[in-house]
Amino acid sequence: MRSRLANCGYNREPFLFSAYLPVRLSELLPGNTAVVHTVEDVGSADPIARRLRDLGFVAGEPVKLVAFGPVGNDPLLVQIGFTRFALRRSEAARVQLQAAGASA
Amino acid sequence: MSTAENALRVALLGNPNCGKTALFNQLTGSRQKVANYAGVTVERKQGRYTAPSGRTVELLDLPGAYSLDAASPDEAITRDVCLGIAAGESRPDLLVCVADATNLRLHLRFVLEVRRLGQPMVLALNMMDAARRRGIEIDIAALERELGLPVVETVAVKHAGAQALVQRLDRVVAAPTKRDAADADLHAEVRQLLAAAVRMPARTAAFDDVIDKVALHPVWGLVLLAVLMFLIFQSVFSWAEPLMDGIEGGIKALGDWAVASMAEGPLRSLLTDGLFAGLGGVLVFLPQILILFLFILALEESGYLPRAAFLLDRLMFKAGLSGRSFIPLLSSFACAIPGIMATRSIQDPRDRLTTIMVAPLMTCSARLPVYTLLIAAFIPQRTVAGLFNLQGIVLFALYIAGIASALLVAYVMKRFSRDRSEHALLMELPSYRWPHPRDLAIGLWERGWIFIKRVGGIILALTILLWFLSTFPGPPEGATGPAIDYSLAGRIGRWLEVVFAPIGFNWQICIALIPGLAAREVAVAALGTVYALSGSDDAIAAELGPMIATQWPLATALSLLVWYIFAPQCLSTLAVIRRETNSWRNVWIAAGYLFGLAYVASFITFQVTRMLST
Repeated sequence: MRSRLANCGYNREPFLFSAYLPVRLSELLPGNTAVVHTVEDVGSADPIARRLRDLGFVAGEPVKLVAFGPVGNDPLLVQIGFTRFALRRSEAARVQLQAAGASA
Repeated sequence: MSTAENALRVALLGNPNCGKTALFNQLTGSRQKVANYAGVTVERKQGRYTAPSGRTVELLDLPGAYSLDAASPDEAITRDVCLGIAAGESRPDLLVCVADATNLRLHLRFVLEVRRLGQPMVLALNMMDAARRRGIEIDIAALERELGLPVVETVAVKHAGAQALVQRLDRVVAAPTKRDAADADLHAEVRQLLAAAVRMPARTAAFDDVIDKVALHPVWGLVLLAVLMFLIFQSVFSWAEPLMDGIEGGIKALGDWAVASMAEGPLRSLLTDGLFAGLGGVLVFLPQILILFLFILALEESGYLPRAAFLLDRLMFKAGLSGRSFIPLLSSFACAIPGIMATRSIQDPRDRLTTIMVAPLMTCSARLPVYTLLIAAFIPQRTVAGLFNLQGIVLFALYIAGIASALLVAYVMKRFSRDRSEHALLMELPSYRWPHPRDLAIGLWERGWIFIKRVGGIILALTILLWFLSTFPGPPEGATGPAIDYSLAGRIGRWLEVVFAPIGFNWQICIALIPGLAAREVAVAALGTVYALSGSDDAIAAELGPMIATQWPLATALSLLVWYIFAPQCLSTLAVIRRETNSWRNVWIAAGYLFGLAYVASFITFQVTRMLST
């Protein structure tokens, strides 16, 4: 699947794994890309988590953090697929990312 | 618009930003009707056109939805209409699912969700022109085969861009030949569909990236936003002014002309001071509403509005609002009526209600005549700290007090709301695109017409009621005082003095507050009437200043100034709250809390000033 996306012209930027590996979408910095592992429910039947999954935050999907909002680095502008979404930090924290090995 | 018996009932549905409404406008033109769905404030747009075969097609423009698993009242309506369980709606014969051809990864998932319903449906691939420009290639035949339903290309913003859809809808449309199981992974299927039918060279338009680099920049983005906001504020505040004066003058002239041949008497007074004054009072809002909505529609259609909300969300969120609340609140500085109407761009119902509730606290332009009168009469022209004018400082403080109390009220509403759950921002930032003049024109026409039809009636009726209260009964033979003193309004004003004495209002102020219900600035003219002054509004204000400066204690003047920060008595605002929230309860809450705040703040101001000045 991923190779097909690459054929479609989807270029993943080189990802530098230095000392720290982000595990949540809210920990990425602008320009970083990663791959979604799962979306965690906060409480039972979390409507926000459900909506995130509907919008395409599902396992294996590449995401890119495009920008931060101007105040307190909030909200986050996230690109998934061909769409850009603004997410508050607490919303982005629900999205867990794949470990480096799995996303390489 | 009545439902023709044999009309084909078609519902348009799709993700937000798929260009569905532009397609709807293209298909139906001006043959549209806007109302609300039964029992909710979700807007219902219906239109019709005649198909080449001569058959009437009735089109329902359903609210945009990301999923049938509804997360908002809008989405719930879309789901219920599709399922045929919406109150007062019959199930559509045919669904047209609209998808943005440049955003298929997201939009096809919703198409698959709709396909599960098993109803006859057509997929309209919209914005095919933009897709081609970006080099996106879509194999329509392959997509049709894989989806098992008819697929047509549309360009909603181009003339005849919906021809293929019109022709396809004129033929028989069957239910989809394929359907997923209820637990199928729709995302996986979307990937397969894209692989089979779509070739996508770049992920986003380079154009969007370039604009967003500036528009979302922490410094330049905010500068751009400030410039745009200033432009909106300036135009709503001052460009509308000559138009408003023109409308007021025109209606007054019309009224004078209409009664020119009539004898002096109650009927003539009813026509000029009741009917025509009320008519002017309704129409005078139109320039501000139309100018504001021209900006909002253009910003929304172009894709900038969500970006502005992105920049401001953090600041507004702290106060219990959202980024989308900013423009409605800013416009409320000109007038709360267009401001409250502008809250339609806030999707979340709780954020929208909070914004509506605090909008009247923004110091609207109608309070300025009252502020000007009182400040000029009571606040000395003095330079403070060698630089600032004391009168200017007081005016500024009044504005700040309004904003501070709005933030406070929003915060309190959030803290003590029954619904303490987390409400998501989760907002799509769509591709930039040029707004189409037709969509702007139809949008403006709708807003103006809705205001006149649903709010205008209430304002007109109240103006006539107020005229009645301030006119009857007339003064007895040989009366010396002003006529209003003998009327019902005069009597109510005298009774109200008991209520308002602790905050320092004399009976003249109390009487003036009653006609002032129609609009805040009328209070100045009404005070003039009570003090038996005559002449034009400006002349009255000029005479009134020195007179109250000698007759009122300072404490009374300051108390009245503070009263006007909250000024709960604008009936037009209450009428528009009623209309926009579809609830009298919210009207009572708004009027009650504004009155409470005004009374407490004026009470403290009056008592403290009195203590200090004796």
